[in-house]
Amino acid sequence: MSAKALLNAKDIEIILHRLACQLIENHDDFSNTVFIGLQPRGAYLANRLLQLLEKEYNAKDLQLGLLDITFYRDDFRRRDEPLTATKTEIDFLIEDKKVVIIDDVLYSGRSVSAALTAMQSFGRPKNIELLVLIDRRFSRHLPIQPNYKGRQVDAINKEKVLVTWTETHNEDAVYIEQK
Amino acid sequence: MDQLSVQHLLGIKYLNTNDIDLIFKTADHFKEVINRPIKKVPSLRDITIANLFFENSTRTKLSFELAEKRLSADVINFSAGQSSVKKGETLIDTVNNILSMKVDMVVMRHPNPGAGVLLSKHINAAIINAGDGAHEHPTQALLDSYSIRERLGDVAGKKVVIVGDILHSRVALSNIYALKLQGAEVMVCGPKTLIPKHIASLGVTVETDLRKALNWCDVANMLRVQNERMDISYFPSTREYTQLYGVNMDLLNSLDKEIVIMHPGPINRGVEITSEVADSNQSIILNQVENGVAIRMAVIYLLASKIK
Repeated sequence: MSAKALLNAKDIEIILHRLACQLIENHDDFSNTVFIGLQPRGAYLANRLLQLLEKEYNAKDLQLGLLDITFYRDDFRRRDEPLTATKTEIDFLIEDKKVVIIDDVLYSGRSVSAALTAMQSFGRPKNIELLVLIDRRFSRHLPIQPNYKGRQVDAINKEKVLVTWTETHNEDAVYIEQK
Repeated sequence: MDQLSVQHLLGIKYLNTNDIDLIFKTADHFKEVINRPIKKVPSLRDITIANLFFENSTRTKLSFELAEKRLSADVINFSAGQSSVKKGETLIDTVNNILSMKVDMVVMRHPNPGAGVLLSKHINAAIINAGDGAHEHPTQALLDSYSIRERLGDVAGKKVVIVGDILHSRVALSNIYALKLQGAEVMVCGPKTLIPKHIASLGVTVETDLRKALNWCDVANMLRVQNERMDISYFPSTREYTQLYGVNMDLLNSLDKEIVIMHPGPINRGVEITSEVADSNQSIILNQVENGVAIRMAVIYLLASKIK
């Protein structure tokens, strides 16, 4: 398996700053906004982005929830390997809030679709936006597009995009791997 | 991810420690789900489950039905009292007829021990044993262990005494298997007439003095005296049973330490435990009921993931 580096730590830092600024542009002081990181991998990006907003851009009282979509997936019983659930931690209602869903890679769009279904268990939001670090266009199964994206990638289907974080792999980077 | 090692949940006897861990971890997630404003997930929307109750049940039946509905499964209910079983139909015929209606999973309670095992050899659907005679009641034992783990942090190393009618109790047998598997020490306590002869061969100790048993244990699981299964008299009177094997507040307060009180229900208040004990802080009876739904959701979910 060979891996090609797509983004390094510096690239990711610049992208996170840009995404933070774009969020501020649309959400002002975030008083009516909540962030939902998709478990497990979207949670790392969500945590980073919120830390940046709080430290560098003086955003205060940001609300972050973590959502596990395992029980909402449309491929239950259709996979060879069943999925392991992770924890859902959303201790607020999203009723009438502006929700930003955060995930690392947007590929088929099915995870996001499951997340949209799952959100209904927590109330009726005012609107929902999607933020991703990597947008793999041309590989969508559903009509879902991100509102904020770090980098667009034209990877072919037999390639895999891997996002690593210092917290898990000792470096911030994005690789494209041949499967 | 891990999968269960079994296709059916016929008894705790057929599970290993990994299975129990997996069920508990999955139940943790479902416990979070059933405490949400909207307590439902769509996982099993293309699964149909038949609840076949050849014997009366309130709590278990409601708990299973709620668990199935919280997972968005389609549910059909069947009670032997109002059915063709009365007309002489065999178990396998009854179930095969129901399965012809494209049912994926069967939850069954039956008065005969081994009914679930028999069924699993003849039909093509996942089976969950919801109690077979005086044999096993696996989901009850799982929710009991889960409730102990929730209250005391772990099951391993804990001392659990099961008090009362051990002879007629499927809850006792499943609990013994489950607790031993997880590394707990188990004692049974009751009148000699209600303790099976060779129970020590399961690795449990036997005690006939309730006070000694309670002083030894961390958790006491109080069983109901199952009058409906008793064809002869096993003790002189209910009053005498209560005096020797009933738990009241005075007895609890006189112990060396604070113990946890459990009961699988239905409670005969004033017989095996007094109302005061049942409603005290030491009792986790209502937690058991809540955990029952989460445990059953986990079992159904994990077994359903193996249906192709």
